[in-house]
Amino acid sequence: MTSIAFGPDDRYHAFLTVCGKPSHGAGKLAGVPVAVKDNISTAGIETTCASKILKGYVPPYDAHVVGLLKQAGAAIAGKTNMDEFGMGTTTENSAFGPTLNPCDTGRVPGGSSGGSAAAIAGGMVRMALGTDTGGSIRCPAAFCGIVGLKPTYGRVSRYGLIAYANSLEQIGPMGKTVGDVSTLMSVIAGYDRHDSTSRDKPYAHTPKADIKGLKIGIPEEYFGKGVDSGVAEVVKKAIGRLEDLGATTVPCSIPSMEYALAAYYVTCTCEASSNLARFDGVRYGPAADTKKSWHDAYQEVRSAAFGTEVRRRIMLGTFALSSGYYGKYYAKAQVARENVKKDFLRIFRDVDVIAGPTMPTIAFRLKEKSDPLSMYLADILTVPANLAGIPAISLPCGTSEGMPVGLQIMGRHFEDERVIDVAYAYEQAVS
Amino acid sequence: MVTEKDVQHIAELADVGIGAGELGSFTHQFNAILEYFDILDRVEGTGGVTHELYNILREDEVEPSLPQDDVLKNAPVQEDGFIKAPRVM
Repeated sequence: MTSIAFGPDDRYHAFLTVCGKPSHGAGKLAGVPVAVKDNISTAGIETTCASKILKGYVPPYDAHVVGLLKQAGAAIAGKTNMDEFGMGTTTENSAFGPTLNPCDTGRVPGGSSGGSAAAIAGGMVRMALGTDTGGSIRCPAAFCGIVGLKPTYGRVSRYGLIAYANSLEQIGPMGKTVGDVSTLMSVIAGYDRHDSTSRDKPYAHTPKADIKGLKIGIPEEYFGKGVDSGVAEVVKKAIGRLEDLGATTVPCSIPSMEYALAAYYVTCTCEASSNLARFDGVRYGPAADTKKSWHDAYQEVRSAAFGTEVRRRIMLGTFALSSGYYGKYYAKAQVARENVKKDFLRIFRDVDVIAGPTMPTIAFRLKEKSDPLSMYLADILTVPANLAGIPAISLPCGTSEGMPVGLQIMGRHFEDERVIDVAYAYEQAVS
Repeated sequence: MVTEKDVQHIAELADVGIGAGELGSFTHQFNAILEYFDILDRVEGTGGVTHELYNILREDEVEPSLPQDDVLKNAPVQEDGFIKAPRVM
């Protein structure tokens, strides 16, 4: 083992923990500093999920993906800032202060993997791991002008990822270029017996730029109400570029999208209310007062150490799952979720990939969005891929008002390779 | 429509606590969000998500696990090698 010196000028507050002299071995990523989102367990390195409730928590084991990074020779450069437990679209919900967007420090980097995106966009690392529950890799990739892939559900092990909404989230690669994202994906994808939803689908792919004859679906909902006209224009131009490269476009529609955002927020808050029950100040975190009764002690710890958005989502999920409301919210959300998946499967009978904007707007200004519902609505174009479990990538495709715009490419289940190829073809054509 | 009393009750169920000063804003935001969720009333049919996955259980055999010291390292209150928790009864 040798080590490298890693001392970035972190003026954007991308990192929560910097590993000054990370060691590394030999392999595909020998000596490459890789940043890891702070909800992914790293043995011996503090892992907080950007929450006060995990301040000081040092995992006794590595997440499966971190073990794979080390095997490939990567140097774990540090842990990146995020919205607390992944709950947010701006990284402003970090208990340790927001990350700034390197393209404009008056704006948010997106979230929840905003630290990972800023670390790459700010030139501190070439690649990083993020996690994506409803767009948390793709949103910051779009806002910061980098590349981020949410892999097909089941392709990358979630073992050691501190869970927020298990049925939706995936760990995925983020990088400056499509090539970097592809390389990182080749390291982290594959079967892991510690994750019961893991599929035996390793990724050993070299990106190819040939997309002649490719059929691209263009859903009308991705260019409709709520999508900024400047953003839509840039994305349409990028899709035109893909047509120049030999692809054809086909108009399509995802009618179930009307219900997608509600289905997403019901599902993720219900799962969060269950997952976050483990944070009680007993096995880790700030000490619960053992002289008090169970509920009093827990309420004391959790009200003091969870942020407002986390408590809001736990309460929403608790309410939606409570007696008398389950059928109205959770059960209906699962029907709506299946309808989203069916719409994608139907469209993918006629087209190879689907393209549209990643986010409906450019990066918000810091503190611009204070109302939770308006913040949730910003996720409308990214949540469908999580509900359906399909792969989706965001790559930079130009600017609007001087800020980066992300082109989103979604593909069939386990066709992450094709999504990468389309992104690579675009990147090669414009570089 | 949920009331402040409902929100207080949910906060207690969820063990997240709620202060008098934040009850009003939480209730207001809850109602806006739940009103948005009402769109799901228009979703027809029953059923749910299907996955091409089957439950995976390993054989019930003892395998190496974390040493006791490692497990206790993060526990804030300990006694005689055990984790101490608030009383239940």
